[in-house]
Amino acid sequence: MSQQRQKVLVLYLANSALDSNVKGWTLYDGTGQEAHTTGDSDRPPYANGLDALLDGWRVIQFPQLIPPYPGLEYATSFQMNEFIFEKLEMIDG
Amino acid sequence: MVDKKDLLTTAQMAEFVARGFLRFDELVPDDINQAVMAAFDKGGIEAAPAGTPFSQCYPEPSPIGAMLRMPAIQGIIHSLVGPDPLFDHHAIHVRQPNEGKAQGMHGDSIIDTRMHFDIQLMYFPHDVPLEMGGTLVVPGSQYRRINEMDIARYQNFAGQVPMVCKAGSLLALHHGIWHCGRQNKTDRKRYMYKIRLNPVVRQYRLWNTDDLESMTGGQKRIFTQEQNAAADVQTILGRGEPWYEDGGGRLEIVNRVKMWRFLTGDDRFDVHYWLTRLENMPERRLAA
Repeated sequence: MSQQRQKVLVLYLANSALDSNVKGWTLYDGTGQEAHTTGDSDRPPYANGLDALLDGWRVIQFPQLIPPYPGLEYATSFQMNEFIFEKLEMIDG
Repeated sequence: MVDKKDLLTTAQMAEFVARGFLRFDELVPDDINQAVMAAFDKGGIEAAPAGTPFSQCYPEPSPIGAMLRMPAIQGIIHSLVGPDPLFDHHAIHVRQPNEGKAQGMHGDSIIDTRMHFDIQLMYFPHDVPLEMGGTLVVPGSQYRRINEMDIARYQNFAGQVPMVCKAGSLLALHHGIWHCGRQNKTDRKRYMYKIRLNPVVRQYRLWNTDDLESMTGGQKRIFTQEQNAAADVQTILGRGEPWYEDGGGRLEIVNRVKMWRFLTGDDRFDVHYWLTRLENMPERRLAA
């Protein structure tokens, strides 16, 4: 019997536009076909976020634009432009 | 006493300020590498208590002590944290053969926002081919305010550097740099020795500053790559990393400028006019 499983792709983009360039990336594969881990790839899966849409990924989260906290306007921390995508794939259960 | 010829140059120091690490390939001779590996196989290296003066650690005979007392390595240490820093801790990191996954991305210790910085030396006593992993570092991540494994969801960054190297290679790292142990896909154990050192003096012009003035210069024209082509301090600190976001990448250059000012005492130093512009707050009033 076939069942759906979720694949999750996280792209860290150059700015808040979905079609800006990929700077970092993370993949989790709920189908169990692939096992991704830290430092396993030097090439991004897509050049920009829009290319992921064109390849069938669905955006499930846009990063919110939140003004810097007062006093921390010049501090850097996490990647700000984190876009989360999913694909649902059928597996044989 | 460290010989001036063994100290870092201004260009190397700027590289450290910009990228958060320096790499020294095949620095340690093979007899020491072999002796260190033998010591690892015998069961490890005894550590001193945290806060012990570094000069009192690893009394002879000690292969790790022999490595750390090499003039070139003493010069690196002196340039970054000054004379006789404190021993913080050491670790012999082992990545097991054919392990299932890599270590998560992280910064060591806890969030640490000081301008003063500790260093960590990572020493690779045997060859590390790509399939063996190597420690992965994210250049230019050292000023990001994060706490340890909070960044573990980040798997890959454009421009990340896996430490693929020959035996005897060394990394000198700012305490804040993002890194992880990559997956070891071979059937052999991978070893890496790490030591953390704390400065006991103000980190002020500790490297060979003979060329500091000639490497610094005045304000340049901004946004002109051609004008900034010479590999001076402004150029080195102005180079972005491939993983930087558009806006955040500019703030990273500001972080570097602040660190360079801290290290040199030159409060007028700038890159691309980023800070000078913000510091311009005239109070002079025109006569009515």
